[in-house]
Amino acid sequence: MKNDNLIQYIYSIADNALILGQRLSELCGHGPSLETDIGITNMALDLLGQTRSYFQYAAKLSEEDITEDDLAYLRTERQYRNVLLVEQPNRDFAYVITRQFLFDAFHLLLLQKLQNSADETLSAIAKKSIKEVSYHFRFSSDWVKRLGDGTDKSHAKIQDAVDNLWTYTDELFHNLGTDSELIEKGIAIDLTKLKEEYYNKIKEIISEATLSIPESKYFQKGGKKGIHTEHMGYLLADLQYMQRTYPNMKW
Amino acid sequence: MKNNWPLWEVFVRSKNGLEHRHFGSLHAADAEMALENARDVYTRRNEGVSIWVVESKHITASNPDDNAELFEPAKDKVYRHPTFYDLPDEVKHM
Repeated sequence: MKNDNLIQYIYSIADNALILGQRLSELCGHGPSLETDIGITNMALDLLGQTRSYFQYAAKLSEEDITEDDLAYLRTERQYRNVLLVEQPNRDFAYVITRQFLFDAFHLLLLQKLQNSADETLSAIAKKSIKEVSYHFRFSSDWVKRLGDGTDKSHAKIQDAVDNLWTYTDELFHNLGTDSELIEKGIAIDLTKLKEEYYNKIKEIISEATLSIPESKYFQKGGKKGIHTEHMGYLLADLQYMQRTYPNMKW
Repeated sequence: MKNNWPLWEVFVRSKNGLEHRHFGSLHAADAEMALENARDVYTRRNEGVSIWVVESKHITASNPDDNAELFEPAKDKVYRHPTFYDLPDEVKHM
């Protein structure tokens, strides 16, 4: 099918927003304080809003008669193209913030490039999302600094989260095999080129937070190819329950 | 969780040209966090173009017990309102 590569590329961007948005919305009503609860839920809504724009576009490109809801709710686990990082569970607040921080820094760099994409719709979605994501990055980096440079306990917890989630960062920069043609046409972004700037940026903030930078050279990968961690199935069970149990149900 | 963060007062200007008005209060550990929390809690429905936050302890408030001596003396001094002038018809917007 003619748009297949582009549709896969859209999934690889939109699924990150969908799955992270789902993870964050699990925290609705459970944030550590009223203020952070609302802050995190706002980010969840931003991400789900972005997901809708991408999926509406992907559904339009598809030759099948599908809607954004089919893409969000009715694919199987192997068909989701999100990175492993965003599906990691909300172990504690330090994990939530670190996962957000490691993703936001990447997300912002990606959108800054994507706003110049040769594909007008992707460019327009990126331009609209960039303001939201700039704030997400500000929110999460401030919290990394606050927890890192806070009490002994907060420092230990966020250092633990950074050490454990670090292994998922490299995958952010893997292109899909099907992206090369799109990269040549100026539609997709060559993610490998964002890597250096990304690590410089996050290392600067991690150091400012008085945290140490993990030295591990081993990185996890697979999400972008549909091979997810054991957490993904549970997340999808939650996400897809309504549509699977009551097909075509509407609000 | 017991919240030990100090209380902050939030002032939001809803449009350019208008003044900042008191919107409410919230808890935050530092000024930067207070600003971000205020943005998330009080401006998510497009209420504002500018935010001020100030730690509540820096506000000195009048004591309600003193209301009699502070405010009541002004109540019977109608001559302090500029309502005793005859305005020419040509003067508008006064």
